[in-house]
Amino acid sequence: MSTDKPDITPSNEAELADQGFDEKELADQGYSAAAEVGMIKARRTLRENIWRGLKSAPPTALFGLGVITIYVFFALFAPLLAPYGEAEIFDLSYAPWSDEFMFGTDQLGRDILSRLIYGAQNTVGIAFITTLLAFVIGGGLGITAAINNGGWLDNLLSRSVDVLMAIPSLIFALILLSMFGANTLNLIFIIAILDSTRVFRIARAVSLNVVVMDYVEAARLRGEKMFWVLRREILPNIMPPLVAEFGLRFCFVFLTIAALSFLGVGIQPPTADWGSMVRETAGLIQFAEYDITAAMTPMLPAAAIALLTVAVNFVVDWFLHKSSGLKE
Amino acid sequence: MNSERRGEKGEILLEMKDIVIDGFSDDKWHEIVKGVDVTLRRGEIMGLIGESGAGKSTLGLAAMGFARPGCRLTSGTILFDGSDLMTTSEADKRKLRGSRIAYVAQSAAASFNPAHTLIEQTVEATVRRLGKPEAEAKADARKLYRDLQLPHPDTIGDRYPHQVSGGQLQRVMTAMAMSPRPDLIIFDEPTTALDVTTQVEVLASMRDIVEQYNTAGIYITHDLAVVAQMADQIKVLRYGETIEDADTRTMLSNPKKEYTKSLWSVRSIEKAEEESDDNILRVDHVDASYGGGVKVLDDVTIDVPRGHTIAIVGESGSGKSTTARAITGLLPPTKGQVLFNGTPLPPMLKDRSVEQLQKIQMIYQMADTAMNPRHTVRDIIGRPLEFYLGLRGAERDRRLLELLEMIELNETFVDRLPAELSGGQKQRICIARALAANPELIICDEVTSALDQIVQKGILELLLRLQRELGLTYIFITHDIATVKAISDQIVVMLEGRVVEQGMKSDILAPPFPDYTKLLLSSVPEMDPDWLTNLLAQREQEGGLASAGN
Repeated sequence: MSTDKPDITPSNEAELADQGFDEKELADQGYSAAAEVGMIKARRTLRENIWRGLKSAPPTALFGLGVITIYVFFALFAPLLAPYGEAEIFDLSYAPWSDEFMFGTDQLGRDILSRLIYGAQNTVGIAFITTLLAFVIGGGLGITAAINNGGWLDNLLSRSVDVLMAIPSLIFALILLSMFGANTLNLIFIIAILDSTRVFRIARAVSLNVVVMDYVEAARLRGEKMFWVLRREILPNIMPPLVAEFGLRFCFVFLTIAALSFLGVGIQPPTADWGSMVRETAGLIQFAEYDITAAMTPMLPAAAIALLTVAVNFVVDWFLHKSSGLKE
Repeated sequence: MNSERRGEKGEILLEMKDIVIDGFSDDKWHEIVKGVDVTLRRGEIMGLIGESGAGKSTLGLAAMGFARPGCRLTSGTILFDGSDLMTTSEADKRKLRGSRIAYVAQSAAASFNPAHTLIEQTVEATVRRLGKPEAEAKADARKLYRDLQLPHPDTIGDRYPHQVSGGQLQRVMTAMAMSPRPDLIIFDEPTTALDVTTQVEVLASMRDIVEQYNTAGIYITHDLAVVAQMADQIKVLRYGETIEDADTRTMLSNPKKEYTKSLWSVRSIEKAEEESDDNILRVDHVDASYGGGVKVLDDVTIDVPRGHTIAIVGESGSGKSTTARAITGLLPPTKGQVLFNGTPLPPMLKDRSVEQLQKIQMIYQMADTAMNPRHTVRDIIGRPLEFYLGLRGAERDRRLLELLEMIELNETFVDRLPAELSGGQKQRICIARALAANPELIICDEVTSALDQIVQKGILELLLRLQRELGLTYIFITHDIATVKAISDQIVVMLEGRVVEQGMKSDILAPPFPDYTKLLLSSVPEMDPDWLTNLLAQREQEGGLASAGN
């Protein structure tokens, strides 16, 4: 479970033997608690840890990290990088690839490249916020349920989650979005709540291993409130698996949003979004035999989605492997 | 079938010379065992003793030519019956293991496959490696069970691992090791996880069987008293080097090195008992059970004298720790009550006031799990200061340093994480956390049992000094009689959830004893190589008398 602390917990004798010489004479010179060096290893700074992690990362993870960095860069600086505005309309619709419009224009005459770049901001940004919200809701309730293990609150929450998970989430999201209206705020909340059920499960499972620790009992004996136990005693100890899960869930949220947008109930025009861009330009595929570049146009946002998903998965795989504590 | 190749007693079986073993950590290789020699003759048992991290298990495994993952055998020779295991191929070594060299692990419960019966696992190596007919091997296994004095030797093999007790499982594991009639058995702390009363039986049966079949053994432990019963010669290891090497009697009567003496240093603490009528806490006819099922506490009444130490002793499952849970409110009693300073405490933890919580503090057995690995010493000790006393900022840090000084540590420890502390230091931080609340009563649940002897002594001396200076009351839960002698004023003996007796230390530890107290006290190994032999003879005699009386 412990990943970002390779600095600690000497569990094998290899590490135990790594001891200072001053201790060796300890028994002969009498006993002193402060001099009892024992099995101590120096703590590394965060920067050293990150650097060590990157050095040992497999090429797939480095590729993933590189791709994510580029996406984040484009998302942050979209207005500067895009040649045209997000919703700027030119009178040439379905323009072919050219020097003026690198990837052509769409059915309304908007520049595809600019919309791709803005799409990074919208699709990725909304997916990120949604995932974060799902983790706050699911994680908080999951830990709470674990603390209350077996009590009425745990049962109420767990069974409610079971009920929500029993309904196919894409269909459920479609129904809810049609009921409450397809705007960005509703989209974020509905997907966050539906996805928080998965987060709830994993947060509860990993917390159960922590709540049985003596330090949690010690905190309760001290009379600490539930929120303090949750935030200070449990949360720091379940971060590694949660962070790994965050990456994975982000992919799913991202794909769900793209799917909903493709179906027309996701991110609404004129906001640029990769899912709806695929739908809007999908018709161009049939021109493949006349102009191969035109047929590529709907592929571009699809490829952007696929690439990010693959990249995030590479990084998550690496992170999960690290947090499993396996040496091989 | 191995009898033809079995050599004479006294012939050299295993000779390890200048063994160096490296372990990998922190991106580099470190020497764990630094040039140790071992010579073992047939029919002889060698005791390897040392603290955790001394390299004793690593050395024991090296006798099989085996290095754990993350370790490597770097140099030296391991001559086993004439062939050098350092140069033997892995395939040939595997043929030796489990047939000519066997291994008995510390935790039998974790080493058995829960999906197979005991006897299948006992004969597996013999049948599959040596090709002995299964029926014959099973008959032999039953004989071994009988030799090891397991109950129902003819049918116990048909049970599954969870259906027998820990002590029985450890004996079945010895039978498993014995089944192919190996030349050498390596015992890696086989009784450490057992209660003293069980330990005696397991030790006796292991010793008999090894003697009976003229097998050589390497016995790894950190308990000198145990090894004294088993071994012909003892080797003391520290940081991968030999400290002292002698035959058992010489080692015990005349240890050459300070360090060797420190291995039984807890036994040197003495505390004069004091009487007192002023009780700070009374556990008044308490019953308790988990989930409304079996009663784990049955009419328990204990008086705790103010400013003194009361030790609760008993084997695992006797209700010692449950008593502590009833006092702290983690497990509300189903009957009876707990009186603190004369007033009844609310049975449930959540109904108790902050003052009530503050006055009773707890120290745990495993300091590792009692401290949040993500909190620094400042967080750990500082929190109760904030929570109970409302200290903040500089005021809190000043008190923090005072507390660190009290536990003989200093300001350099303030920003460390628990993983950056040694075992003894961790337990001291836990003590400081308890002290930070300004408690009147501290419950110590097996606080020294996970520590090495010399560190135990330091912790016990610290607790005694704090008691003198601060007038603290301790409830000391332990199964170690040496610790009890060192620290307590009064003793409570528990068995199966009931109090067998309570009284002053001198009364309890002097005859006449109730049966159980006698069994418990006589089972504590002593630093006398003849102790086990004498004890068994005595018990047999008494058993004989008792049955004659009937």
